[in-house]
Amino acid sequence: MSVLIFIDHSDGQIKKSSLEVLSYGAKLAAQTGSEAFGLLLGTVTEDLATLGKYGIKKVYQVNNETLNHMDTQQYTNLIAEAATQLTAKIILFSNNLTGKAIAPRLSAKLKAGLVSGASALPDTGNGFIVKKSVFSGKAFANISISTDIKIISLNPNSYHIESGSGTAEIVQLGLTVDAAKTKLLSTQKASGEVVLSEAEIVVSGGRGLKGPQNWGMIEELAKLLGAATACSRPVADEHWRPHNEHVGQTGLAIAPNLYIAIGISGAIQHLAGVNRSKVIVVINKDPEAPFFKAADYGIVGDAFEVVPKIIEAVKKLKAS
Amino acid sequence: MKILVCISKTPDTTAKVAFKDNNTKFASEGVQWIINPYDEWYSLVRAIELKEKDPSTIIHLVTVALADADPIIRKALALGGDEAIRINADSHDSYYIAAQLAEIAKQGSYDLIFTGKETIDYNGSAIGGMLAEMLGLPYISLATKFDLSGTTATAIREIEGGEETDELSLPAVVSCQKGVAEQRIPNMKGIMGARTKPLKVVEPIAIDPLTSVVSFELPPQKAGVKLVPADNPEELVRLLHEEAKLI
Ligand SMILES: Cc1cc2nc3c(=O)[nH]c(=O)nc-3n(C[C@H](O)[C@H](O)[C@H](O)COP(=O)(O)OP(=O)(O)OC[C@H]3O[C@@H](n4cnc5c(N)ncnc54)[C@H](O)[C@@H]3O)c2cc1C
Ligand SMILES: Nc1ncnc2c1ncn2[C@@H]1O[C@H](COP(=O)(O)O)[C@@H](O)[C@H]1O
Repeated sequence: MSVLIFIDHSDGQIKKSSLEVLSYGAKLAAQTGSEAFGLLLGTVTEDLATLGKYGIKKVYQVNNETLNHMDTQQYTNLIAEAATQLTAKIILFSNNLTGKAIAPRLSAKLKAGLVSGASALPDTGNGFIVKKSVFSGKAFANISISTDIKIISLNPNSYHIESGSGTAEIVQLGLTVDAAKTKLLSTQKASGEVVLSEAEIVVSGGRGLKGPQNWGMIEELAKLLGAATACSRPVADEHWRPHNEHVGQTGLAIAPNLYIAIGISGAIQHLAGVNRSKVIVVINKDPEAPFFKAADYGIVGDAFEVVPKIIEAVKKLKAS
Repeated sequence: MKILVCISKTPDTTAKVAFKDNNTKFASEGVQWIINPYDEWYSLVRAIELKEKDPSTIIHLVTVALADADPIIRKALALGGDEAIRINADSHDSYYIAAQLAEIAKQGSYDLIFTGKETIDYNGSAIGGMLAEMLGLPYISLATKFDLSGTTATAIREIEGGEETDELSLPAVVSCQKGVAEQRIPNMKGIMGARTKPLKVVEPIAIDPLTSVVSFELPPQKAGVKLVPADNPEELVRLLHEEAKLI
């Protein structure tokens, strides 16, 4: 019996959200008296043995470059085969874009109950109950999985990365790789930027910023803080910012450690995508803006005066 | 071309989230129900656009829900679509719902099946992938663009830190999000027409759910905002550094 952790990567790098799942999986293995293994499809530049420091014993790899592009059928078949060979009883994913594409397919293939968007370790005291975020961050549900094999996808940024010492054994899996049914034509990378879904700090702007020409200070603050940029829906709808920056009920749901909202009113649909952030800072000239009710820190003031001063203060802090 | 659009019913985005019966059930009293925004704004509208390009296209809508979802499905028909099928069951288990939808999909031999990115209440993001697996079809998850040329589809899907363009042959399952289409408002002609479009009700097949909801909880209340004067933003930076230890 084992816990099998799917390791996601792009551009030869293992994603941070997968390191969270490795830590979560190692803890869950200890909790259930089993062993944690990683599974990586494709190739990466880093030494997989170092993943042992997250508490996993072995990393299984299907070392085949064609797998660097994800095809849901190909991936599902390989993971199902590996899970069967390794008698995995718990299979873990990050609930990131890859996890969302594959975990449900695998669930249907193995008839294994899935909880997507888990926010904590399962309660295995009596049955198997997983806490997940529901109602777009407005509540949690405790979901019981009744099948022998269980699949969990963990929300990014909801479990801390724990690393110690240790080396994992690398085992090559000689599985047959079927032809992919989807063909990759091109990739468009937003280069050099921090990935929004994995960002620890997010600086976000709303309609209060008046127009795309005023985003310079948002980008500068984000860069200084190593943060990703985001925006409210009308800002994306007006094409001031790209649609992949839109957070909220109908955009991306994020849970950074720090969310800085500038010129955003805090409509309930906006909050739905950001309310899982650990600390929220709101800068808005209207003291009645609903966002202040959801905030930890706030400044009632004009963004065009306040933000440049914040930038100066951060620069000073970084220099000291 | 035959397209199946999966439609789900969700509480209005401003609905108060509260629970009853010892926190085991969503308190739906007084809640306004809507078409899940991802289904209404993106997948359904994209299907309608494809039909506008090729009028021989047939669009069927399908939902797994009890009769209280009929107004929702009529509203979806008012936007577009030729007929609707309601599978008369109520479940929160994704596998159960996907299996019901798969049964309809198999009978109708559709070229294309659309789902939304996720339901805004249970946030599973699961039905599309499950359905694709049950049907043995390719699956594009979280498409931001979708185009057809004959039976070859190109889709742009979101990946961490960017997008990729994929090509695939139909039949396929695609889950849609923002970018695929622009929200529309039903017009009078659509609303009148929807009244006479067929809404077929079928009974569910026997499926054992794989998961069940044990209880709900609300997140802990925030302590309240700490306000920093506007003329002293340096204080905010100090607090974030020394107190919150985040920068
Ligand atoms: C079904 C549905 C789904 C939706 N989904 C989303 C979603 O996913 N994400 C989302 O964001 N919205 C969503 N919305 C829209 C949402 O209801 C709000 O309309 C939207 O969030 C408002 O965006 P905003 O705060 O940028 O703009 P506004 O509401 O116009 O607020 C601008 C704010 O800026 C402040 N301001 C103005 N000038 C300044 C200045 N100089 N300095 C500082 N502050 C200033 C104002 O006081 C105001 O509070 C959805 C709506 C519906 C109906
Ligand atoms: N009860 C349902 N009936 C029909 N389609 C559904 C149902 N529930 C979910 N879907 C579809 O599956 C998508 C993803 O839902 P979910 O996986 O539950 O987050 C939704 O956007 C709908 O298109």
